Amino acid sequence: MTTYLDFEKPIAELEGKIAELRHLPNSGDVDIAEEVMRLQDKAHKQIRATYAKLTPWQRVQVARHAERPHAQAYIDRLITDYTPLAGDRAFGEDAAIVGGMGRLQGRSIVVLGQQKGDDTESRIKHNFGMARPEGYRKAQRLMRLADRFKLPVLTLVDTPGAYPGIEAEARGQAEAIASSIETCLGLGVPLVSVVIGEGGSGGALAIASSDRVYMLENSVYSVITPEGCASILWRNNANAQDAAEAMKVTAADLKKLDVIDEVIPEPMGGAHRAPDETIDVVGRVVGEAIAELAKLDGDTLRQRRQDKFLAMGKKGL
Amino acid sequence: MNWLTNFVRPKLRALVARKETPDNLWVKCPKCEQMLFTRDWEANQEVCNHCGHHMRLRPLKRLPHLFDEGKYELHPLPRVNADPLKFRDTKRYDARLKEAQAKAEGTTDALVVASGLMGSRLSIVALLDFGFMGGSMGTAVGEGLVMAADLAVARKAPLIVFSASGGARMQEGILSLMQLTRTTIAVRKVKEAGLPYIVVLTDPTTGGVSASFAMLGDVHIAEPDAIIGFAGPRVIQDTIRQELPPGFQRSEYLLEHGMVDAVVHRHKLRETLIRMVSLFMDPLVVDNRPLAVTSSR
Ligand SMILES: [Zn+2]
Repeated sequence: MTTYLDFEKPIAELEGKIAELRHLPNSGDVDIAEEVMRLQDKAHKQIRATYAKLTPWQRVQVARHAERPHAQAYIDRLITDYTPLAGDRAFGEDAAIVGGMGRLQGRSIVVLGQQKGDDTESRIKHNFGMARPEGYRKAQRLMRLADRFKLPVLTLVDTPGAYPGIEAEARGQAEAIASSIETCLGLGVPLVSVVIGEGGSGGALAIASSDRVYMLENSVYSVITPEGCASILWRNNANAQDAAEAMKVTAADLKKLDVIDEVIPEPMGGAHRAPDETIDVVGRVVGEAIAELAKLDGDTLRQRRQDKFLAMGKKGL
Repeated sequence: MNWLTNFVRPKLRALVARKETPDNLWVKCPKCEQMLFTRDWEANQEVCNHCGHHMRLRPLKRLPHLFDEGKYELHPLPRVNADPLKFRDTKRYDARLKEAQAKAEGTTDALVVASGLMGSRLSIVALLDFGFMGGSMGTAVGEGLVMAADLAVARKAPLIVFSASGGARMQEGILSLMQLTRTTIAVRKVKEAGLPYIVVLTDPTTGGVSASFAMLGDVHIAEPDAIIGFAGPRVIQDTIRQELPPGFQRSEYLLEHGMVDAVVHRHKLRETLIRMVSLFMDPLVVDNRPLAVTSSR
């Protein structure tokens, strides 16, 4: 059962008709089969047309689509010998950030991912991908572990933001994010990040101050959610569309600003229409990046990473 | 005393005083609501002399109280692409920025960088200005911090940062977020050069500033009763829909939760900073006191 976004209504109608025809008792008839083919072709064209000109706000919705592949799906499909590791060794385990060791195309790596969850139960378990300080401290712990054994690190970014709660503040959410950024910058091993859905502010950047930052075509990355920005600057949540446009949250815009390194194209109609295909493309891109970066020594990696971020902001749109 | 101080000064003062309205002669303490004589209040570094409440002190007013004999040099912020996104909400960002600059009397963004002697040692001080667009951090602030760090490294001086910010500057979009990483790089440079990096957290320090350089000090000092946290209290309340505990996100709460080393009164900041920096940078000083002799019996 596909969930259609508001702007996908024409697609939903066509695909609904196709499903109806297929359920007819005489669906094997030639004229019905022909009609199905005709409608499929139409739906296909409709998807292509819709996705060719998504507005920033529509992309925000695609990035948040419930059926979009989440971090665990990438790990399950790309990483062999996956061995999850848990806990920050200080307070607890935070399932909002999953991670561990495993092999990407044969190479032993440490992988970290913000996991949103795929149904109500798992969403609650993973706190909708909103990490508490323990999550960021676990991330730091695993990054240091990688550094010690000279293993590259892959991070999958997908979070609305760091969790804003009483206990998160009490245990130093700000410090946990700041230290996580500092840890990224100090790594002497390749650090590659992919924004696979939502790159929510400091909570995302905490694990993405990296040598290479990729974004999936329909993912978004921003300093604050469009809704949050709208409520502060426009004093009205309803201006989220305007905020999404003004803030430049799309992969294409961020590439133009040289804030990200590359945009990874998605299958037609978005990652949620072809999750496996999406994940495989991501696997190829990050595999190549890691192989390339693995040739560099720690000092060179740190220096280049630092230089890249220091150069940011010179270029406007 | 010459005729000038005896005669002309009081006359001049009377002239000025007549123009003063009750508005700027007196300041009302927002905490205890006592009326404070502006001149006393300013001499008191904007601390209420009734209840000790620390009001938000802007950088140019704080600087004279930090350096030896109140003498220091200002370092202008590097020029940056001021409006990289051509951002517009209900108003254009470049217009908002110009407005804030016009009101700021000489400063160009929410950061002021100064150098001077503190306890006879050259020190670099960077202060965020909450009065300038809520102390929000965009490219100019980030670039200013990088400059301050480079100055500290070049002069082998300690870097002292006073934080006061509502967070990242949304009008610069993702580029404001990138300042979290860029300022962390600045901090790393100072640390790698073996120089002390001290943060003084003042009211309020939240969002992107607290989630980067403000929480990465070798030492964290907080002014009393300052709001310090990642998410603002309103965002938290909207998310969890329950009352926040008393004193939540205040300096004393952070001290209790292990996030700051000390809560220090504004009047004691200068001497505290000088002593701390000396402990880091002067590993051995002459101590002429006789060694204590303790009987073992
Ligand atoms: Zn008072």
